[in-house]
Amino acid sequence: MSDVTQPSADRSKPFAANWGARIGWCVLAVYLVYACSQLGFSAERFSAGIEHGQRFIARMFPPNFGRWELIASGIAESLQIAVIATFAGVLLSLPVGLMAARNLMPAWISWPTRGFIALCRSFHPIIVAILFVKAIGFGALAGVMALIVASIGFISKLFAEAIEEISAKQVEAVRATGAGFLSVLIMGVQPQVLPRFIGFATYQLDSNLRNSTMVGIVGGGGIGASLFTAYQRFDFDVVLAILIVIVSLIMVAEIVSGWARQVFQ
Amino acid sequence: MTVTARLDREWQRFTPMRRLSRFAFYLFAVAALVVSLQTIDVIPEFLYDAPAQMADLFGRMWPLDPSYIKPTLKSLVETLHIATVGTVIAIVLAVPVGLLAARNVTPNPALNLFAKFIFVTSRSINSLVWALLFVAVFGPGPLAGTFAIAFRSIGFTGKLFAEALEESNRGSIEALTAAGASKLSTLVLGYWPQVRPAFWSIALFRWDINIRESAVLGLVGAGGIGVALDTALDLLYWDQVAVVLLAILVVVILAEIVVTTVRARVL
Repeated sequence: MSDVTQPSADRSKPFAANWGARIGWCVLAVYLVYACSQLGFSAERFSAGIEHGQRFIARMFPPNFGRWELIASGIAESLQIAVIATFAGVLLSLPVGLMAARNLMPAWISWPTRGFIALCRSFHPIIVAILFVKAIGFGALAGVMALIVASIGFISKLFAEAIEEISAKQVEAVRATGAGFLSVLIMGVQPQVLPRFIGFATYQLDSNLRNSTMVGIVGGGGIGASLFTAYQRFDFDVVLAILIVIVSLIMVAEIVSGWARQVFQ
Repeated sequence: MTVTARLDREWQRFTPMRRLSRFAFYLFAVAALVVSLQTIDVIPEFLYDAPAQMADLFGRMWPLDPSYIKPTLKSLVETLHIATVGTVIAIVLAVPVGLLAARNVTPNPALNLFAKFIFVTSRSINSLVWALLFVAVFGPGPLAGTFAIAFRSIGFTGKLFAEALEESNRGSIEALTAAGASKLSTLVLGYWPQVRPAFWSIALFRWDINIRESAVLGLVGAGGIGVALDTALDLLYWDQVAVVLLAILVVVILAEIVVTTVRARVL
């Protein structure tokens, strides 16, 4: 009752100072100054950088599409890598995600699977690509394998979470008819998670497309190799041409995947 | 209509148009897969010795090279600096652009579109490409890496921040405007308390992503633990590569634990 009759101290000061937060901001500021000095932030480097940047941009224009055949074949390979990696990754994520769902699986299956998913997600696809280039040699296959690992790490996690959020009623209803485990999955679980699953898959396709343009830097096939070579040869106009193609490709892919998500809403 | 006619009616889950679109999606997906599988350039000879190569790889990685732990830790600290400072710069740059992109804060379609264009550009260019560009500008080193991380993150943080702003409740903002508050006061006292949880969660989420991303920037000379990785790879010292990979794994897991605990306590 006393709360109602006597306004608390906070009410007289609606915008009271939060000293904890202020100390936090000060610590952050001190850290930033220290970190910037460690990272080599300095006025000379910025002024020199602006000069370099101007020369760099001047050499990029106009974009040089003269080697369009090379660009086209590289982009085609990047697309192939992204499509195959997404399909294989999604197919493998189905059982992995299912095994990681705690509401359908016992703990001795779900926890090791979750550890495996976390391991897949820990490394950047480029690092995984390096290992696969060593294991299966240069070329598109190494890129495909690296992106499959990345896809499993991403989709399985989201898929497992989607399965854990489903309504148990439909599953129980199907189970009550005497259905086996597989029928429960197909009739009780699948209709509830399919739209979200298609959503994850199309997001992953976008993400794989971005990364498939990069795995070439470490020998994993695709347009990345041409991009990196052009950069190392200081052919910055070719670099710009490749970047324009990559960015437009990714934008088209985002529009297409947005459409796919709408269809399956 | 008689009762039997009503019973005989066939119920369908989807309209014909949606069924057609779904079918088109499946057809398109399968066609893309088949074409890709048929045309992709794979050298089967490389596959025959893959298991042997894999065994060789892990054989060379073990035992780890303890002498490489010290340089690895040093570059690991640099990676953490790159990720953190890069995230802070990204947020500083993304907040004004996010304000421009939010339709309720900036009621001007041209400015909204301009801000969205900045986000799309930032997100479409991979962090490795940003790193290449900034290496050309600032020269090799962590400075280039920090800016690569920052520019790459603007799109992600700004887009989510603008969405959080657009979802904020109009009531308190109208109350402030009615009391005669200035635009700045409305932002600080009206919008900020509403978007603060979203803001911190976006910042933490991006920091977590940036730690993974900044680990590879060194491959193109932009500083961080990737430089240690690149050196070891070029010299084919796989026992040193294993040290670096283990360090990345540990720091990624630690970052995830930090983010989860901080999020649980702050939000």
